[in-house]
Amino acid sequence: MRHINADNILETIRMIEEENLDIRTITMGISLLDCADSDIDRSCEKIKAKITSKAKDLVKTAKEIQKEYGIPIINQRITVTPISLLLSASGGDPVKYAKALDEAAKAVGASYIGGYSALVQKGMTEAEKALILSIPRALSETDIVCASVNVGSSKAGINMDAVRLMGQVVRQCAELTKDRNCIACSKLVVFCNAVEDNPFMAGGFHGISEPDCVINTGVSGPGVVRNAIFKAGKNASMNEIAEIIKKTAFKVTRMGQLVGHQASERLNVPFGIVDLSLAPTPAVGDSVAHILEEIGLETCGGPGTTAALAMLNDAVKKGGVMASSSVGGLSGAFIPVSEDAGMIAAAEKGVLSIEKLEAMTCVCSVGLDMVIIPGDTTAETISAIIADEAAIGMVNTKTTACRLIPAIGKKPGDHLVFGGLMGEGPVMNVRQTDASVMVNRGGRIPAPLHSLKN
Amino acid sequence: MRAVISVVGKDRTGILAFVATECAKRNINIVDVSQKTLQELFTMIMIVEIPAEKDSSAITELEALGDQQGLKIHVMHEDIFNAMHSI
Repeated sequence: MRHINADNILETIRMIEEENLDIRTITMGISLLDCADSDIDRSCEKIKAKITSKAKDLVKTAKEIQKEYGIPIINQRITVTPISLLLSASGGDPVKYAKALDEAAKAVGASYIGGYSALVQKGMTEAEKALILSIPRALSETDIVCASVNVGSSKAGINMDAVRLMGQVVRQCAELTKDRNCIACSKLVVFCNAVEDNPFMAGGFHGISEPDCVINTGVSGPGVVRNAIFKAGKNASMNEIAEIIKKTAFKVTRMGQLVGHQASERLNVPFGIVDLSLAPTPAVGDSVAHILEEIGLETCGGPGTTAALAMLNDAVKKGGVMASSSVGGLSGAFIPVSEDAGMIAAAEKGVLSIEKLEAMTCVCSVGLDMVIIPGDTTAETISAIIADEAAIGMVNTKTTACRLIPAIGKKPGDHLVFGGLMGEGPVMNVRQTDASVMVNRGGRIPAPLHSLKN
Repeated sequence: MRAVISVVGKDRTGILAFVATECAKRNINIVDVSQKTLQELFTMIMIVEIPAEKDSSAITELEALGDQQGLKIHVMHEDIFNAMHSI
């Protein structure tokens, strides 16, 4: 036995007990390509059979690992092949697929299933368009299905026809679920440069370059990072802080790697990747905004936020990469507003604005995530926000995304409460200037030049 | 499985004896023990070998016994500490 000293043991226990260290998700990716059928009902039956057989022990195994290792494993999720591909073969009402996914995922006890998706960065097939248009119904008539649409990439540019559609789709999602806090919008992500092995929801899907079945894990631990920075005191230099974050990220990731490997062995499914993301929850002490404030900002969203976040995001990756045999997914720091107590507080104070969030997304994972906007925001304005965010991803060769929630009937300053991991938040102000001429032009924004970088 | 039992609580007589007795009852072999008290706080780390068939029942029982005694007992697989604290 290797020597482990008592301090290390107590450190690990403290991280789990007091600092909310946990495995955020074990996600099983399942390819549904072999379920494609020209008859949509047969296709749905095959999907249900495959998911319920591949994932039947997913939840049980996660519970066993949680027990033996003493690490909380919060979610067990499933991602599947983008459903638009199956719809291309079968035709018919796409919502049937959403219901089949919902039913199968519930049968195995998974908390979410992602993959009601289409990748349309270059152009849309009829099936992809039909799937996109069906998203509001699919998400309002199911409970745990998540949808995502990739509208742009650094190689293909931005599909503005899809961007225009997505503005309308986001609004319809809100309207169809206005009596349920517009919950459908929290299950829909619009991406640029979407990744194929993301274990996090709502943007997870099982890419077509992935194997038949795979296990990916996502770790969490903003509280651990914040506490480590706190202990370093106010006089540590930024490079010392970066070093502390790296070491902490290393430990957190090792745990993700261990749990992922265990799950993969016990389920007899190959291990894919660890997603290093610092994923906050609304719980006290589990906030990315509070890390930035611990680094030395009065309030997240004020001047200095982008620089602090850039350092945090990079240090997390540097520490995590060495800890895992394979890092992937979105890997970075997530900044979902309604899921992060510090972000909520900063937005309520009026310090954190959508424009600052946009700047922050240039240097960290993902994008305008769980941002609640006024209910009267037009579809064109939503499309324009999506286009801005996609442009950041396209030009900087990184993943960006929008998960916007138009709070129907609410104005800036009002509150929307989702509860659970989705949290709550204030309605943020959106500049209501008209971008409809640009949005309605449609077409494509050509891919950017990848040299002459300035 | 090889596991680490950690016990934290207010110091008093017989904590080590209590935990060791409960281990013996379950056929859990104690491989290594270290303990210290800082002011009032008692901390003990045990490395143990839990018979395979008792893995999960032993964990639940020991942790519950700790609660009854006002002690924080954690039983965790040894690998987690190896993974986190060694390269």
